[in-house]
Amino acid sequence: MISPHDKSAAVADTLTGGPRRRRVRNGASRGVPLPLLVPALAGLAFLLLPLIALLVRAPWSSLPEQLTSAEVWQALRLSLVCATAATALSLVVGVPLAWLLARTDFPGRGLVRALVTLPLVLPPVVGGVALLLALGRNGVVGQWLDSWFGITLPFTTAGVIVAETFVAMPFLVISVEGTLRAADPRYEEAATTLGASRFTAFRRITLPLIMPGIAAGSVLAWARALGEFGATITFAGNFPGRTQTMPLAVYLALQNDPAAAIALSLVLLAVSIAVLAGLRDRWMTAS
Amino acid sequence: MTEASPPRLDTVAAGDAGLDARLVVERGPFRLDVTLAVAPGDVVALLGPNGAGKTTALRALAGLTPLTGGHLRLDGTSLDRTPPESRPVGVVFQDYLLFPHLSALDNVAFGPRCRGATKAEARAQAAEWLDRMDLADHASAKPRRLSGGQAQRVALARALATGPRLLLLDEPLAALDARTRLEVRAQLRRHLAGFEAVAVLVTHDPLDAMVLADRLVVIEHGRIVQEGTPADIARHPRTDYIAQLVGLNLYRGLADGHTVRLDKGPDITTTELLSGPAFVAFPPSAVTLYRERPAGSSARNLWRCEVAGLETHGDQIRADLTGELPLAADVTTVAAAELDLHTGAAVWATVKATQTHAYPA
Repeated sequence: MISPHDKSAAVADTLTGGPRRRRVRNGASRGVPLPLLVPALAGLAFLLLPLIALLVRAPWSSLPEQLTSAEVWQALRLSLVCATAATALSLVVGVPLAWLLARTDFPGRGLVRALVTLPLVLPPVVGGVALLLALGRNGVVGQWLDSWFGITLPFTTAGVIVAETFVAMPFLVISVEGTLRAADPRYEEAATTLGASRFTAFRRITLPLIMPGIAAGSVLAWARALGEFGATITFAGNFPGRTQTMPLAVYLALQNDPAAAIALSLVLLAVSIAVLAGLRDRWMTAS
Repeated sequence: MTEASPPRLDTVAAGDAGLDARLVVERGPFRLDVTLAVAPGDVVALLGPNGAGKTTALRALAGLTPLTGGHLRLDGTSLDRTPPESRPVGVVFQDYLLFPHLSALDNVAFGPRCRGATKAEARAQAAEWLDRMDLADHASAKPRRLSGGQAQRVALARALATGPRLLLLDEPLAALDARTRLEVRAQLRRHLAGFEAVAVLVTHDPLDAMVLADRLVVIEHGRIVQEGTPADIARHPRTDYIAQLVGLNLYRGLADGHTVRLDKGPDITTTELLSGPAFVAFPPSAVTLYRERPAGSSARNLWRCEVAGLETHGDQIRADLTGELPLAADVTTVAAAELDLHTGAAVWATVKATQTHAYPA
């Protein structure tokens, strides 16, 4: 059975170039068994075909016009801002949480870890409903936020960020926790014997050492936040300019203006490819 | 110390200065219980086989492993409850643990910086230490670009830069290859000789221990089995482990005059006059082997043995013998050939009484 941790670690490995594999040059041509080759090619085709279809059916002639519309830029800007803010929020609380899970031993740590990873497998819509019940105007915590501080989260841009953080942060936590576990904790001990408090040791020694893991986790979280749909539409709604992110705009456009939906999808595809390419260049050569 | 010499300061303050510790650490079935008293300027080596508890003792001194009992005083101050970051202790770790993302200079400056120096002060101090270690040229190098010997010196400089009153070294030479080891051992000896506070090092290598330390503390199974000067321990081993380290055959028995009756095995005739429990030791080179029982031999120590194994040992052949008295014997290659030694061969082994050494157990 594959745990969510293994899964996301594997994703992180793929993104960062992962554990270096020796490239087998003459392995492919020499006797790949058909029962493996055929399904493998089918799988590859299955993954590529939709992307190709997107390119084939793209309204290339009207594309410039589609992409320069104010709504597209509005949605794209909102998406980028919210995904980035969600990633930043995840970093601020997620990295310490990962440290807690990796470096300390407290009763129920296994359970906490399982709960942290729950949003990875939870249907995002359910996450959105849960967020409404917690932070909604009449939610468990939300009613106090509203009456004490006048803060309302649902159906606001802040709500989008909250929803995206909820679904994206586990990716970061799991990725950073994995890197922390792989990092030698004795460096922290060495720092301690030199007079560093545990926090100083974390800040000046551990943090720089686990930076690749943090970066990979951030990208995973950012990409997850950028594509977030279910929790966002449930918790934050679909108001253009305020809570309508790209995925929501794509879905809406598909109903009345399919060409616009394709154009928007192409933009998201381009952003994803750019991220992937940027990552490969940076971490495959740097490490 | 001779009576004529004037009292040294550290001797006068012997009650306070230096290390006074009883380290008790219990972890599952393992129990470490070691008492250490070390005067300033002295280097003590904890010597023992793997798993004996040496590293645990070192970690307890550094505060990285909590004591479950005993006490720890350094220069008269109790450190029992002092967290590791507040102890005046420097540690050189086994594989050095130089911070890989910091330059040699910043590695050394890390300690002073944590202890309150400004960035500029810390770097100036670090540069001075690197200079003292002949590493001024490598100040900006990252640890992965340093050789083993250089990394070892950076680690030592890093540990010393905080001005510790207790320097701990965990297998300081284990990570080095044989050639660098020789050179680094000599350098380390020089630096330790110049260190005015307490130094405790952990090693499983008897040569490292004997070269670097003034006093050896041998630990087996979490307790001290013998302590003394290197020369004393080399001459009077008290356990099989130490005897093996220093390359002696060692037996325990009951002495009566010139004879020691072994607990398991024959009598051994010695030159010392003893009575009561005693050890007898003799080097493998003192053993003479014969294929036939030597006729008219005056040797009283004559035993019938069988060759259990042979291996080259320097320019000699070391024969591992079982039989009346299990022992190791060194013979020249020529002698081994003439005797036609092979595993399973029956031999007679003798040792002259004058070559043995008996001492009270």
